[in-house]
Amino acid sequence: MSALLAARGLAKSFGAVVAAADLDLEVEAGEIHALIGPNGAGKTTVLGLLSGELRPDRGRVFLSGREVTHAPVHERVRLGLGRTFQLSCVLPSFSVLENVAIAVQAREGSSFRFWKPASPDPRLEEPAFALLERLGIDALADRPAAMLAHGERRLLELAMALASRPKVLLLDEPLAGVGSKEAQRLVEILARLRAEVGVLLVEHDMDAVFRLADRITVLVNGRAIASGPPSVVRADPLVRAAYLGDDSER
Amino acid sequence: MRAATRAPVSVRKLEGGSVAPLVFVALALAVLGADLWAGPYYVKLLTRAMIVALAALALDLLVGLAGLVSLGHAAFVGIGAYAVGILAEHGITSGWIQWPVALVASAAAAAVIGALSLRTRGVHFIMITLAFAQMLYFAANSLSRYGGDDGLTIWNRSDFGGIVSLADRRTFAWLCFVLLLSVYVALARLSASRFGRVLRGAKDNERRMAALGFAVTRFRLVAFVISGTVAGLAGVLLANLTEFVAPAYMSWHRSGELLAMVVLGGMGSLYGAILGAFAFVLLEELLSRFTTHWALLFGPFLVLVVLVGRGGIAGLLARLGRIR
Ligand SMILES: Nc1ncnc2c1ncn2[C@@H]1O[C@H](COP(=O)(O)OP(=O)(O)OP(=O)(O)O)[C@@H](O)[C@H]1O
Ligand SMILES: [Mg+2]
Repeated sequence: MSALLAARGLAKSFGAVVAAADLDLEVEAGEIHALIGPNGAGKTTVLGLLSGELRPDRGRVFLSGREVTHAPVHERVRLGLGRTFQLSCVLPSFSVLENVAIAVQAREGSSFRFWKPASPDPRLEEPAFALLERLGIDALADRPAAMLAHGERRLLELAMALASRPKVLLLDEPLAGVGSKEAQRLVEILARLRAEVGVLLVEHDMDAVFRLADRITVLVNGRAIASGPPSVVRADPLVRAAYLGDDSER
Repeated sequence: MRAATRAPVSVRKLEGGSVAPLVFVALALAVLGADLWAGPYYVKLLTRAMIVALAALALDLLVGLAGLVSLGHAAFVGIGAYAVGILAEHGITSGWIQWPVALVASAAAAAVIGALSLRTRGVHFIMITLAFAQMLYFAANSLSRYGGDDGLTIWNRSDFGGIVSLADRRTFAWLCFVLLLSVYVALARLSASRFGRVLRGAKDNERRMAALGFAVTRFRLVAFVISGTVAGLAGVLLANLTEFVAPAYMSWHRSGELLAMVVLGGMGSLYGAILGAFAFVLLEELLSRFTTHWALLFGPFLVLVVLVGRGGIAGLLARLGRIR
């Protein structure tokens, strides 16, 4: 089992709605694996099962070969799993820098400190600021996260996820609602990320998916109807019928 | 790389800034003045207000900083008070034994109650802390060996040998002052520390904190135990002040009053909890002179402060400061 992240026979239903059915999925080191499918296919649910927010009805999850099916969210994070959310999820009353600094603090594993102020503390703030620079939002460092525009918040979320130095990153529609200039920047950032972290990318923007993905899995009603390199998936008649549309121009 | 100097937004709101030292200077002057000119009655009143402020401070750590609304905090005050009373009843009057036992007992109770309550969220958390406090209230009522619902008279205050004499009203007042100041400083440090930042983060967005790798419940439990222990300390002092302990110390009215003080003072500004406690105790004293139905007047006053002065007394002060 060499994959960074692997799911075997994952299944989850909400009443009659099947959100995942007998799903196998891997993310290898150095790859971007895209998970696509129509609305309600179960993509977010699958990310929840992998991150530990949801319990599967059946199936198992492995992180670097180690079974984590029953491990809580925070333990999987310690083992190298990071994620961003479909609806932006930051700490609204914290400043941008503080949002990332607390993510660095989580990685450092030294939070039972009661006396010394958490800020200023270069051991937290310097790595945090470096990440903001890398994502091009360092000018916003002192702004409360609640006041960010949508696209800026997505970048902040990514910075927070990266601050924990994950081995695998689960991204839920990072480009949704982001302006085209910022989307461009995000795509470039993600492309460069490939070298340091495996990515499972859920995304509706097909241009971005086909530019970034090394492998694509197509999910419909919780089932993987196709999985493989972009060129193969693009040509798959089932996929064209179910999702891409018959003329496949999106 | 830039030099990180400015305090982050969320901390700036919580810190007392220049107000907190003023609060303590004013308090010290009040104790001094009461002692010199107003007489023993007022010294005792101020002492009681300081003890109540200590309990409110404990609760504000949970409500204001961690966003956990406990409606059963009087239980820990009661445990601290009963520990002193029960030991005294058995002839153990040494403070060196009484105080540690009382603090350990309230910490242990907080660990158990916290561990169970923190499995729930929101309204359920409020209800379950209330339920635990009621259980302890009725347990105390049934302690017939220790006075049952009549309560228990404490014949001697805690004895610290020759070091401090709690029997001396002035010494006792200053001891309460020093303890209140120390706890305030410790909790203010805690609130700006890494630990405090985790609590604030979890209040802001628990899901995000878990996704960052924090075992949120563990941090909240530690906060709950710290808070319960400080409330227990307030109970120890209260038992010594009144030389009496009764189940009423743990009733839900007392818990509700503590919560009212925290809201009145302005949640999350620690010195606000102290102001809230003083406003509460002194207003109660004042209003009860005019009418036995003082609560009738106090209710509307509380509503007014919450509606008009968002952020309570501390919020009002902060806004006044800004206008100036
Ligand atoms: N907690 C829940 N309770 C009940 N049903 C749910 C729950 N979460 C998801 N579902 C249902 O499961 C199905 C899959 O939802 P999911 O959010 O995983 O889809 P998705 O592929 O992420 O869709 P989208 O592209 O719109 O984000 C949907 O029909 C949804 O209504
Ligand atoms: Mg989704």
